[in-house]
Amino acid sequence: MKRAAWLFGTLAGLLLLDVLLPRLLNPYLRQVAVLCGINVILAVSLNLINGFTGQFSIGHAGFMAIGAYGSAMFSLHVGERWVSALAGLGIPAVIAAGFALFVALLLGGVLAAIAGYLVGLPSLRLRGDYLAIVTLGFGEIIRVLITNIDAVGASRGLPGIPPWANFFWVGLGVAAAIVLSVHLARSTHGRALFAIRDDEVAAEALGVDTTSYKVLAFVIGAFFAGIAGGLFAHYLSYLNPNSFTFIKSIEVIAMVVLGGMGSITGSVIAAILLTILPEVLRPVKDLRMIIYSLMLVILMITRPQGLLGDRELNLRRLWRRAAPGTP
Amino acid sequence: MTSRIRLRPALGGVLAITLLALGCGGSTQDELVIGEYGSLSGNDATFGQSTKNGVELALDELKAAKDGKIGGLRVRIVVEDDQGRPEEAATAVQKLINQDRVCAVLGEVASSRSLAAAPISQAAGVPMISPSSTNPRVTQVGDYIFRMCFIDPFQGTVMAKFAAQNLGLKRVAILKDVRNDYSVGLAQFYADAFVKLGGQIVGEQAYSAGDQDFRAQLTNVKGKNPQAIFVPGYYTEVGLIARQARELGITVPLLGGDGWESDQLLEIGGPALNGCYYSNHFSVDNPDPRLQSFLKAYRAKYGADPDAIGGLAYDAANVLFLSMDKLATENAETFKGLGSAAAGSDARRAATTRLREIIASTRDYPGVTGTITLDANRNARKPAVVIEIKDGKKVYNTTINP
Amino acid sequence: MAEFFQQLVNGITWGSVYALIALGYTMVYGILKLINFAHGDVYMLGAFFAYYSARWLGVAEHPTPLHALGVLLLAMAGCAVVGIVIERAAYKPVRRSSRLAALITAIGVSLLLENAGILIFGPDPKFFPQIIPSTNIALGGGVTISNQQVIILVVSVVLMIGLRFIVLKTRVGKAMQAVSHNHTAAALMGISVDRIITFTFMIGSMLAAAAGVLVALQNPKIEPLMGIMPGLKAFVAAVLGGIGNIPGAVIGGLIMGIAEVMVVGYLSPTYRDAIAFVLLIVILLVRPAGILGRNVAEKV
Repeated sequence: MKRAAWLFGTLAGLLLLDVLLPRLLNPYLRQVAVLCGINVILAVSLNLINGFTGQFSIGHAGFMAIGAYGSAMFSLHVGERWVSALAGLGIPAVIAAGFALFVALLLGGVLAAIAGYLVGLPSLRLRGDYLAIVTLGFGEIIRVLITNIDAVGASRGLPGIPPWANFFWVGLGVAAAIVLSVHLARSTHGRALFAIRDDEVAAEALGVDTTSYKVLAFVIGAFFAGIAGGLFAHYLSYLNPNSFTFIKSIEVIAMVVLGGMGSITGSVIAAILLTILPEVLRPVKDLRMIIYSLMLVILMITRPQGLLGDRELNLRRLWRRAAPGTP
Repeated sequence: MTSRIRLRPALGGVLAITLLALGCGGSTQDELVIGEYGSLSGNDATFGQSTKNGVELALDELKAAKDGKIGGLRVRIVVEDDQGRPEEAATAVQKLINQDRVCAVLGEVASSRSLAAAPISQAAGVPMISPSSTNPRVTQVGDYIFRMCFIDPFQGTVMAKFAAQNLGLKRVAILKDVRNDYSVGLAQFYADAFVKLGGQIVGEQAYSAGDQDFRAQLTNVKGKNPQAIFVPGYYTEVGLIARQARELGITVPLLGGDGWESDQLLEIGGPALNGCYYSNHFSVDNPDPRLQSFLKAYRAKYGADPDAIGGLAYDAANVLFLSMDKLATENAETFKGLGSAAAGSDARRAATTRLREIIASTRDYPGVTGTITLDANRNARKPAVVIEIKDGKKVYNTTINP
Repeated sequence: MAEFFQQLVNGITWGSVYALIALGYTMVYGILKLINFAHGDVYMLGAFFAYYSARWLGVAEHPTPLHALGVLLLAMAGCAVVGIVIERAAYKPVRRSSRLAALITAIGVSLLLENAGILIFGPDPKFFPQIIPSTNIALGGGVTISNQQVIILVVSVVLMIGLRFIVLKTRVGKAMQAVSHNHTAAALMGISVDRIITFTFMIGSMLAAAAGVLVALQNPKIEPLMGIMPGLKAFVAAVLGGIGNIPGAVIGGLIMGIAEVMVVGYLSPTYRDAIAFVLLIVILLVRPAGILGRNVAEKV
């Protein structure tokens, strides 16, 4: 019962926001909000691999690219036909587009998850920086492949993707990624992931099937990165391989580490912070990227455990501290 | 606990800056705000800077000639950086249109970034002039999108014709930059046109922008014995390619497009480039007074010759200024809609609609990059010149008309 | 066959550059377990320091080998200072924090150097003066090598031998080995760990600077972002050889250089980077700790 109430509450809230936002924010601020949301999904999903499980992955842009291109190709070749067919049946365009987008996102997510499974497999043998290099290599291989495949536009990019994604869909993706992460963290499976992060040998000795858990973390993380990629594609309606360089992967890692490894709320806050920061710094022009990188260094020096460490931001506790006396 | 306390002012500061930045959008005085976006940082920073230089120079001249005003309104140009990333270009243009309330947009160099930003301009009804995106798709986005350069198919044909007819070549190899849509597009159209003219493409090799070593590709090309190598890249790599080609004993000429135009081309390539040809918008030894005064002003301000991108940006800004001026004389009431005070109103929409029509009607504009006429697809039609490099100097060779 | 040997010569020269950069990565990693992402940008700075000192010394007009050596030494000295400053200002404060915090700091420093480079040097590529004029030497059978390639090979080998001598034979080198084994134990033996770490950064940065100058000598085009890809590839080379292992970095660099050139020459130039990484993944799957790295069993 309670779960259903939450679900409907979230849906209603997002729909309300979707209606209200255009009145409150101009398209620029809305776009920044949507990009924040996409980065939140990326950071939360990478947090599953890097923060929860302690595996060092720097190829998240690769998973994102697979999801983006996979879902975009589906929409261009199948999804648009579905929408016109559904429109012929008298179904409202919003619902038809929503349905097609949902299928496209799922497809992109699943494709990325398959890639995640393939990349997760070597993690059985490789540790630490060696795994990092394999994931980095994977990300680069994906980018080079896309740059050379003419069917997806190669370096010319893929224009004309139907712009179906909006704040509602991105919000839904964010909610799904967060809810799944929270549930995972509280479950036995999540405890197993934490055990692997803290001491892999000890975890194995205690009977944790480290192999399948590590692969699981990769698969779920990649799935959501794929979803984020799909949303990115259907929001900007244009894709180019230059959006998925290893610098993108590094940005996502910076979000996870800055938020605090393993902290879901930390990842969310850091993702929003690091998306807004470059926008806020626009007035300083030439110094923008210099201040951005300096702030990254200073934040890491003053707050090496990340903004929240491995704790979660708890609104109830904050409230209690702010107003002592109230229950 | 101590660290948490330290964190609060920091977060508070970030929040305060955010609110400040978001708060200060419009200014009270009525002015003409024009947006420009480009890659001021990142891999393509040099092209973004050239664009900015060209636009700045046009604005300087407007200031000198008309006190920086068009139709009584002061012109202000807001420049935004997109770090050479398509999604950043989209965000930058959103910001220009919605935050700075610009009435027209100038940019981008790379077609990929123009393609990401053009739908936003089109949807908002704000005219956008790309100085140098050559991919045909850019202006196909909609009727508010224009360009100042020729498109890939034309330039590819120019060099193919030149190679086949003027140089009488039969066997040409291609060395293209796969990371660069401009290079890939040009290579494709060149190959099509050259084969149609009876030539043969004997080998196709590729590199990625930023590479330093091209010896492996060149060694392979050398084995194919071409009569020339078509290198449709940017000057940033071409100089090195020429040098390494000569080192490996390749003596045939290299051919290229407008991406070659820059001071640095000859500086980096040196004598290795002698006997090479490329197509361009202008030739520095053309006595046309307009071009010469532009070159002089550019050298005086930036201490170097402009590359093709700088020249195109200069023309783009001037075509925009001229169109705005035409609107001001034609109908002062409609023109007022372009002012920052009218942002978001129906008057703005009416003004940009009319501005769009005026830009589209540009005919025989005497630009520094040639005489510009916009066709029905909002692409510039203008002749291309072929430049030969002789004894370390760029020498005009011939003009090829569309 | 001539083409194959020509590719091999090119591959070895390019590989020795990777090796020089990889040495810096591997030394820092051996001691701090830190991937110093800013290392590729120090390589870039090396080229720019050489550019400015060559202009300052007027070498471009009157190139002599002695002047060229002076330029090289000035660039190495400049980068040594940069390396020390980076270590003291950015890495030392995070040394006791998690390795990931240190990694993000390194990424921040790397971005800072790149963007400061764009601001200070300008984003357009600069022409590196011909401090040693180029001539071609025929090796017979149609294979040529340029004198600059010879210089790259000779200087690389000299520097590598020098490094090996420092690490194996000198007191400070032995102290470096001790620190890389165990910080605490080394400190207990009276070794100033801080000073050794700073020294390591200094040496690594000097090698990167040398690589920057050598590459600029042969490919006279320098720009503020020129360090990103070579840095990344050199890091991969270091891992390939077994990170933390000095001979491993040299072997990794050579393999990387030769493999890249061969892939371009005989397989597919467009897939060069992809194939290089595929090769890497395959090697790592067969030897998970790199070619010369030892797979240390974890103690419980």
